[in-house]
This record gives sequence, C-alpha cells and structure tokens, in this order.
Amino acid sequence: MTRSKWVAAATLGALLLAGQALAADKKVVAVSIPAADHGWTAGVVYHAQAAAKEINAAFPDVEVVVKTSPSATAQVSALEDLSAGRKLDALVILPHTSEELTMPVKAVKDGGTFITVVDRGLNDPAIQDLYVAGDNIAVGRNTAKFLVDKLGGKGNLVVLRGIPTVIDDERIKGFQDGIAGSDLKILDIQYANWNSDDAFKLMQDYLAKYPEIDAVWANDDDMLLGVLEAIKESKRTEIKYALGGNGMKEIIKKVIDGDAMTPVETPYPPSMIKTAIYMTVANLVGHAPVRGAVKLDAPLITKENAEEYYFPDSPF
Amino acid sequence: MSVVSQPARLGRERDFSFNWADAGPFLALLALLVIGFLVNPDFLSPTNLSNVITRSAFIAIIAVGATFVISSGGLDLSVGSMAAFITGITIMFMNMMAPSMGTWSIPAGMGIALLAGIACGLVNGIIVTVGKIEPFIATLGTMGIFRALITYMSDGGTIPIDRSLREAYRPVYFGTVAGIPLPIIISLAVAAIASFVLYKTKYGRKCAAAGANEDVARYSGISIVRTRTIAYVIQGACVAIAAICYVPRLGAATPTTGVLWELQVITAVVIGGTALRGGKGHIWGTVAGAVILELIANLMVLSDFVSEYLVAAVQGVIIIIAMLIQRFSK
Repeated sequence: MTRSKWVAAATLGALLLAGQALAADKKVVAVSIPAADHGWTAGVVYHAQAAAKEINAAFPDVEVVVKTSPSATAQVSALEDLSAGRKLDALVILPHTSEELTMPVKAVKDGGTFITVVDRGLNDPAIQDLYVAGDNIAVGRNTAKFLVDKLGGKGNLVVLRGIPTVIDDERIKGFQDGIAGSDLKILDIQYANWNSDDAFKLMQDYLAKYPEIDAVWANDDDMLLGVLEAIKESKRTEIKYALGGNGMKEIIKKVIDGDAMTPVETPYPPSMIKTAIYMTVANLVGHAPVRGAVKLDAPLITKENAEEYYFPDSPF
Repeated sequence: MSVVSQPARLGRERDFSFNWADAGPFLALLALLVIGFLVNPDFLSPTNLSNVITRSAFIAIIAVGATFVISSGGLDLSVGSMAAFITGITIMFMNMMAPSMGTWSIPAGMGIALLAGIACGLVNGIIVTVGKIEPFIATLGTMGIFRALITYMSDGGTIPIDRSLREAYRPVYFGTVAGIPLPIIISLAVAAIASFVLYKTKYGRKCAAAGANEDVARYSGISIVRTRTIAYVIQGACVAIAAICYVPRLGAATPTTGVLWELQVITAVVIGGTALRGGKGHIWGTVAGAVILELIANLMVLSDFVSEYLVAAVQGVIIIIAMLIQRFSK
C-alpha cells in the first residue's frame, strides 16, 4: 500500500520536475556515499561536494547531486528517492556494504542509468559500468618495502590493525608479503579498531612488552596519531619509524615537513570519489569512453610528491 | 522481594563494619595481578602499571558518576557520546580564547567543560524524571544527539587543540605529583568525594533508597524526581572531569572519541558490586572495576597465548570469572 503511494507521489513529483528538467535538459549525476562518521568518510563527503560544486559550475548542462546516508538501509532508501523523482543519467555510489546494495543498484541500472561503483565492489560486478578503487594490498606492500629498504632488511616490527574486514586483511596481507624474504620480524599484531585511543593504549602495551622495537606500522592514520603520542610519552629512542596509511592531512603535513619518524605515507585517498565523479561526467559530456575498472595505485608519498595528496581544507 | 527491607538496613553503623561486597572486586583485582605476573613479569613493572591505571582514569571517573545514577535506579547510555561532545566544546572554546587569553584559556575551558557536563546531565535527568521516560530510551536518544553534534562540529573529521596550548595542557594527562600520574590523583579525589557524598550524606541515602524501592522511598518523603535528577547532574559533572583529563592525551576530539565507553562504564559499575537494578552503590568497587577492565585488555596484549581474533572472547570470560569470584567471596 505504502509502496503504491510512493509510486504515485514519485510520479507526481516527476511530472512537476519534468517541466523544469525538459526546459534545462540537464544531465543528472547522483552521488550516493556514506555519511561522515569518521575521518576517511568525512574526506569522501568533502571531495564529493567539492567535485559537485566544480562540475556544476563548469558544465551548465550537468547537475551533480550528492546524497549522504548513515547506514546501508538508509542508502537503499536514498537510492529509491534519488531515482524516483527523475531519470538519472549516472549514479556514482560508494556502497556501505556489498550485499545489501547490490540489488537496489541493479534496479537503478535497469532504468538505464550509467553505474559507477567506488571503493567497495558490489556482489555482481556485471552491474557496474565503471569501477574506481584504491589498492589496499599496495598500501601494505609499499610500506613494507620502504621498511625493508631503510632498516637494511633486519629489525623488529610491531603492527596495529583495524577492524576485521576485507580492507584490513588486504593491507596486512600486502605488508606480510612485502617483508617476506627479509629478516624483518613482526613481534606482534593486534586490533586497535582504527581508533586513536585504542591505538594509544595498544602502543603503550607494546612498549611495555618489547624492549627493542625498530619500527611501528599502524594500517591507518587515525591509529598512527595515538601511536606517536604513546612513543613521545615513553621517551623511547630506539624506534626509527612509525608509519601509517590512508593519507590524512596531518600525516601528509609531517611528510612535507620532513619528519624523521614519519618520512613517508601511503595513500588510500578519499579523493578517489572525485576521480570517479569526474570520469563519469567525462563520459556524459565529453563523449569519452570510460567503461572498465580503475585501480588507483598507492605509491609511496614522499616529500617530493606530497603536495599532490595534501588537502589542507579537507577534514581528513 | 527482599528489597523492601533494604532501606532499613542503610543505617550509619554499617559504614564502619567490614563489607565483603566491597572487598569482592578487590579480590578479583588481586587475582588478576597475580595471574598477570605469572603470565609476564613485565606486567607488574611500575611503568606498565602506571600506564594502565592512568588510562583507566577516564572510565573510572565516569563510572563513579554512573554509580550514583545506577544506584538511584537509573541508567545512562549517553556518557561516551557526552564525553566526546564536551571534549569538542572544550577544545573549540579554548582555541577561540587562545589568542586573547593565552594559556589562561585552559582553566576557562575547564570551567566551560564542567558547565556543559552539568547542563548535559540536567537534560538527561529532566527527560528521565519529569518526562517520565525509561532511562534506557531517554539516554539512548541523547546518546545519538551528542554523537551527532560532535560529528557535526568536526565535519566528521578532527577538532585539534591549538598548538600554543598543547604543551601547556599536556601535564594534566602526562604530568605526575610525587611520582603518581595526575589522572590517577584526580580519579582518587573524585572517588573520595563521591564516597563521602554517597555514604555520609543525606543525599547518598536518598539515592540508595530511591533505587532500592521507589514506592517505599516516596512514602518516606523522598523526592524521586529531585534525587534522580541530581544523580544525572553528578554523572554529567564526572563526564566533564573525565573530558578535561582526556583532552591533553591526544589533543583532539573526533566522532569516534568515547565510542562504547558507556558499556565499559556500566561493566565497571557492575563488576564493582553495584546492582544494575539499583540500591546501594559501591564507589571504590567501581574504581576497582574500571582498573580490572583496563588490566584485562593490557594482559591480552602482554600474553602470547591468545590469537588476536579471540581477544574479545577471552575478555568476556575473564569478566564473568571476576563476577563469579565476587559472588562467592560474599
């Protein structure tokens, strides 16, 4: 019953909007992303809004609409709302979860919409026209390679991992593959929930447990902040490197400033949403074919290329 | 229901007799220390113990406030979000005042934190008592509100404290007096004042009476509304004190600050011997409970037996065993 009311309301809305839409004949690109609930998603929201503003200003016949959702369920509803009112020419989506969003996105695609999926893949890759993601394995592997190189292939490491998820597993796997064959030894590896406070406590415990630590890797920058504070307070001097990952602006700033303990960073940049939006719009207005899968690399960010990844106005 | 007789047993003379219910958590704590030492001798090193007890201070201070709320028959799920919210307000205020007031903005910010905490507690208390809404639901609501506010204030990112204040404020978490870290001293002071209020004042007895049996308390002329509202205000003030100690640790507030603290706080109170359904509160037991929780987490990292995937399960088992030790030591 409610369903048919919705359809009726949506039809009415569509009729009302149709007048305006026809007049302007705008191409509509909907962007559906998680709401900002921690640093990385806050970065996604920032870059999505920046892209929308820039594109709306540059291309008068394109309208980019950004919609944030606090949960998978809310995101499903948001998709229904976005596609109910008007015909979407393209949808750029960073799904909360793969399972729950697969069918709703398919429904949008069946309406003739170009689908761009970002970061987390859907269960059925056939749905997406374009897929943009970072490389979590490279985040771990490139950090590991740097440590193997700088520590001369020998030393004691401790690792902080996030929350049991595919993202976390891939980063750890990449790191373990990266140090394989060297004499670098992982003394300990524990979960700290991608949370600065938990990382602070865990690092204090590592410091109490191991008298000799050469380097620390936290697989996310939020955790790195807690790690650095714990090291600073302990006044331990043998730790040569404390590295993170993701590309938080505070950490990139350290790289730019030539910090001795954190001289490099690996990106898993929230700005990938911007890459995806621009590519989608290129397909719509520039007649540039973009179908396919794009994997953004996670090159080591050093003092030389740090500016490219530095967004001082972003919350992340 | 044996609770009917409880208000009568709250007499002054009991305060001087040895109380096994109060000793239970300390026995559990002692057992944990012995096990910890056997597992890894580093466990009892002064640095490790001082680290662990220092970082248990936030939960301990908040849990002291929660002892009042739970003892009076209430519950507060909003404490973690409230801590994050107050931390955010405090940092923003200090940053705003820093150019004109210099380091004096730190004590001013502390004052603002206390005011904010009392106001938040008052809101919770009034919704529960005057609004007559179940504490679980009322504070679940404010928990969402406080969490959303800190997320909004930070745009989902970080609110860092001004660089000029960072060093001046650091000693509040990292400083020591006579070798004892300041947060430990603050939490002991909070617990001492709280135990005086709960055990030696009229208000403390009203609190326990309201929690033990609301009807009997009302017939005895105790204002349930006022008693419980004050308990929530005390809770708010305690959250503010915890926030004041928390800010200098990482120097920032984020939307993930204080996530799930409410569960740790409630666990600490219950491990400490206060019944979740209300009645007599055990302040020192609560403090021991908070330390036990941190020690368990610490022990998990220092021991090598447990796979990182099973840590939470072992923590659950230890908490249940600690409760059993307490139950049978009575």
